[in-house]
Amino acid sequence: MKPAPFDYVRADSVEEAVSVLAEHGDEARVLAGGQSLMPMLNMRLVRPEVLVDIGGLPELAHIEDEGDTVAVGAAVTQGDLADWPELGTALPVVAAALPHVGHFQTRNRGTVCGSICHADPSSELPLCLALLGGEVELHSAHGVRTVPADEFQRGVLTTAKEPDELAVRARLPKAQDGERFAFLEFQHRHGDFAVVAVAAKRSGDSVSLAVGGVADRPEVCRWDTLPGDAVEDALNDLAWTLGGGDDIHATARHRRQLVRHLGKRAIDATAADGAGA
Amino acid sequence: MKTLDRNGRHPVRFTLNGMPEEGFAEPRMLLTDFLRHEIGATGTHVACEHGVCGACTVRVGGKAVRACLMLAVQADGAEIETIEGLSEADGSFGPLQQAFHENFALQCGYCTPGFLMSLSEYLERNPDPTVEEIKVALSGNICRCTGYREIINASLDAARALRERRQQD
Repeated sequence: MKPAPFDYVRADSVEEAVSVLAEHGDEARVLAGGQSLMPMLNMRLVRPEVLVDIGGLPELAHIEDEGDTVAVGAAVTQGDLADWPELGTALPVVAAALPHVGHFQTRNRGTVCGSICHADPSSELPLCLALLGGEVELHSAHGVRTVPADEFQRGVLTTAKEPDELAVRARLPKAQDGERFAFLEFQHRHGDFAVVAVAAKRSGDSVSLAVGGVADRPEVCRWDTLPGDAVEDALNDLAWTLGGGDDIHATARHRRQLVRHLGKRAIDATAADGAGA
Repeated sequence: MKTLDRNGRHPVRFTLNGMPEEGFAEPRMLLTDFLRHEIGATGTHVACEHGVCGACTVRVGGKAVRACLMLAVQADGAEIETIEGLSEADGSFGPLQQAFHENFALQCGYCTPGFLMSLSEYLERNPDPTVEEIKVALSGNICRCTGYREIINASLDAARALRERRQQD
């Protein structure tokens, strides 16, 4: 199908984009890479009055190493980030997850912040943001606020971002010495949405596991210590706690089994020598 | 800031396979429809129209992208390459087309322009791929009649031909 009619605004600055959002509120949608929004427009699942295109804003096209964090601007594509030479050392879990985000042709336009703001519960980049405890910087006519990952994504396609706010950048904490990461997902075909995706982080004795595709948003579980013989019981508890349901892609039981199986492999991978899977 | 009214038809200019092109588009017009109906470049095919099948793949600024997930007005000023640009100057097959022809890698041909445009970027980035790498690279292009084995064989042949050409040029 074709999109319903809309006015198209090509913003030349963040201020301009924010002023359009202030005027139109939830009648406006922000267009960056369009790899989530355009399908919804084509199928008329959304019918905004105004599209604000920020994809061409040079000020949003930067990946900045801020010392302890990496700031990814709202016009940075998933492909740009995958090609960033520092990615493997700064954000190893993101480097492992990015090849699973759609296909290379969609990563060529799809943005990192767009994926985070779309907030699909099975998406890889919101999962990484949750595991790492990143944050999203939101600009509006009222000013700037920063929302931590745990408060940003609230449910299926739902975030803390107000209709008059523009996500300007996402900040992802860099890997510290001694931290180990792993990422795994199960999908029916390469490039499909994950049925279940997991990302693990080990820091000293503590282990964190983020799980996507089960609850209505990525959920992170952290254990202060997790000896090898306690992993299976811990994952079984987690699988039941997350409470996934049956849908066309998998049963709730299949999802619990994937949490146990992928979780174990990911956690084991962070325990082994090397940087993990 | 530039605002394009929903009811207006707005000029869109870009280069298509190196030649300047110009047409008019409402803001909601997809790049696929602009190429096919405004410019008349019907080599780019449209199937799912929501980014899943890959039939409409073109290159924008060198990058392979879904033309159905892009507005024509977003392409203003861009360098666009389509299947029409893959043949040689004399109209004969380019290496990608030749490899698909020789390997029986198309039957109905509907998905073929998308496969070739995906490969044309991918083989520049990875000139000597493994079978597994090709399977992943082409996972975003769907073929419903030929089957993928011939397409993978053709992709390996095309990669070889392009490597040889690079050594001779």
